[in-house]
Amino acid sequence: MSAANELTSAQRDDLRIVAAMIIPASDEYKVPGADDPAIQADMLATLGRDAALVAQALDHLARLAGKPLAELDAAKRDAIAKKFRATGGVAAATLVRVVLQCYYRDDRVLRSLGLELRAPFPKGYALEQGDWSLLDPVKARPAKLRRAP
Amino acid sequence: MNDPVDVLIIGAGASGAAVAWSLAETKMHILCLDQGGWMKPSEYPSTGRDWEAKFYGEWSTSPNIRGRPEDYPINDDNSPIKVVNFNGVGGSTVMYTAHWPRLHPSDFKVKTLDGVADDWPIDYDALTPFFEENDRIMGVSGLSGDPLSPLTHPPMPPQPLGLSGPLIGKAMNKLGWHWWPSDTTVATMDYEGRARCINLGHCTPACAQGAKASTDITYWPQAIRAGVELKTHCRVREILTNEHGMASGVVYYDKDGVEQFQPAEVVIIACNGVGTPRLLLNSVSGRFPNGLANSSGLIGKNLMFHPYAQIYGFVKEPTDSNRAPPTCLWSKEFYDTDLSRGFVRGYGIQFGRGAGPVFEAVASEQKGILPWGADHHRVFRRLNGHRLAVSAICEDLPEEHNRVTLDPVLKDSHGIPAPKVDYTISENSRKMMEHGLARGREILETAGATDICINNPIPWGGWHLLGTARMGTDPARSVVNEWGRSHDVKNLFIVDGSVFVTSGGVNPTSTIQAIALYVADQIKQRLANLFD
Repeated sequence: MSAANELTSAQRDDLRIVAAMIIPASDEYKVPGADDPAIQADMLATLGRDAALVAQALDHLARLAGKPLAELDAAKRDAIAKKFRATGGVAAATLVRVVLQCYYRDDRVLRSLGLELRAPFPKGYALEQGDWSLLDPVKARPAKLRRAP
Repeated sequence: MNDPVDVLIIGAGASGAAVAWSLAETKMHILCLDQGGWMKPSEYPSTGRDWEAKFYGEWSTSPNIRGRPEDYPINDDNSPIKVVNFNGVGGSTVMYTAHWPRLHPSDFKVKTLDGVADDWPIDYDALTPFFEENDRIMGVSGLSGDPLSPLTHPPMPPQPLGLSGPLIGKAMNKLGWHWWPSDTTVATMDYEGRARCINLGHCTPACAQGAKASTDITYWPQAIRAGVELKTHCRVREILTNEHGMASGVVYYDKDGVEQFQPAEVVIIACNGVGTPRLLLNSVSGRFPNGLANSSGLIGKNLMFHPYAQIYGFVKEPTDSNRAPPTCLWSKEFYDTDLSRGFVRGYGIQFGRGAGPVFEAVASEQKGILPWGADHHRVFRRLNGHRLAVSAICEDLPEEHNRVTLDPVLKDSHGIPAPKVDYTISENSRKMMEHGLARGREILETAGATDICINNPIPWGGWHLLGTARMGTDPARSVVNEWGRSHDVKNLFIVDGSVFVTSGGVNPTSTIQAIALYVADQIKQRLANLFD
């Protein structure tokens, strides 16, 4: 990430808070929240072309909150988050997408979902043939192709 | 100045590759210029753990988001459907779903049959041998004998039904509606040097296995072996004409950005339904002040997308998710005109097998069905890997106000004016889309799906760029004649989707390539008097 794309310390704090609001940790599913340090580090390291919109979204969030998110109580924070998602447009959608795309490639999360920790290529996946007899009623239909004069 | 060539082809995508391959047997000096380069499958998204994230950036289907050096910007602000494409050797065959239906015979006679738009000057039978030849070279998998589709002879067996196919098939059987395994250009067995599909996931952003046919791995290797020359990273700015009103060659920027002139005896444009009108409108001169080959005034007009009305939902059973090619089945139940439905013409249905986890999370959050907070995990596990999708691919009729022009401000990286798209969805298409959504809902509910969502239209669904340099026998009402030659410029041909008169209700690439082969065949048959 270039220096020009770096988020401020306050923006990083808010990103961490809002990420945990989107996806909190879960004991039930044994997964970290999106505020997990490794997931946060992935977000910051791979912001790339999304950096400007994410920064814009965090600025919008800061304006709505009026103070760091961490200083708001939970109810106020939830209200701000709802307003942020409703009014944040493309920038807010980009921030949420960045959180989700980094979260759902984390090893611990994929493992919890029962997914393999690998790229699709070169191993690929097996695909079962399925029940081809389901096609029999369709095969029995008379051919009916609209004819052109 | 470069040495003159006999035939200059602009664009190395679906149609440019096909026409180059076909003409190669003439042993003429054939040169193709493409603004992009050769692809590197080792860099395709499915080779990395971040494969889904790349869809939103460097492998976006939108050139405006992707922003690779070979992409040109498109102002599509005034269109509810955004243009998607790919630029490089192989063109948009590098980045497509590989769904491979053909236009139906009736699609060529819509005026005669339904009293709308215009008939094509050619018919399905004229294209039949070229459909067959194209299927063999691209390598098609499928099942012959679909009772509601033109007869095809796919050289490879169909894709497996997987987990999703039977869920769809059972629902369609309950409803008594037609469905059939799609013809696709996904190799289901080793074929002509291509390895069989190993189900890497979504085929759209290029196939690292090479199982999906794209012309960089099908037509081009054969064309180049036969002597065709292909120069990459060469962006054509304009076509020049001589004192006789014939095309004399093109001005292009080479890989170093140096302006070059390439003289040619014949110029063939294969730049798609947006790139082709852009090039012609940029080729102005004293003789052609409104753009080249534009005496009809129709260059850029009659743009047809296929508005996609998509509906999807989530079933209890696991679906194929990202572990299969995305499309495997189609339906033609609502393809033909039935005026009792409230609209003319019809639509094909393309079924979707599922989505990967990142895509599912992003899409479902945007639709408001995946919550923030503690319940996120439970809901995500119910949605992920359980999606089924139904897309109605609606026939768009030609309307002159739907058009491609030149943007007065926007330019590409070489300073060439960029295209601007003005497009509205017609009332007829709207009704068709609503009908498709209602039928899609019936299908999904019959399959037991809940949490149903719609995309109407799919906003980034402007794959099919058609009609902007239409074919016809009347020079006042068309741009090229019935064998692809410009009415105005006797050594200028167009072979891409621009020449479509109407759009049908299916993915057009198979038909685009059949037309390109047909035009090439016409050229070969007429070599002695090509310019008469």
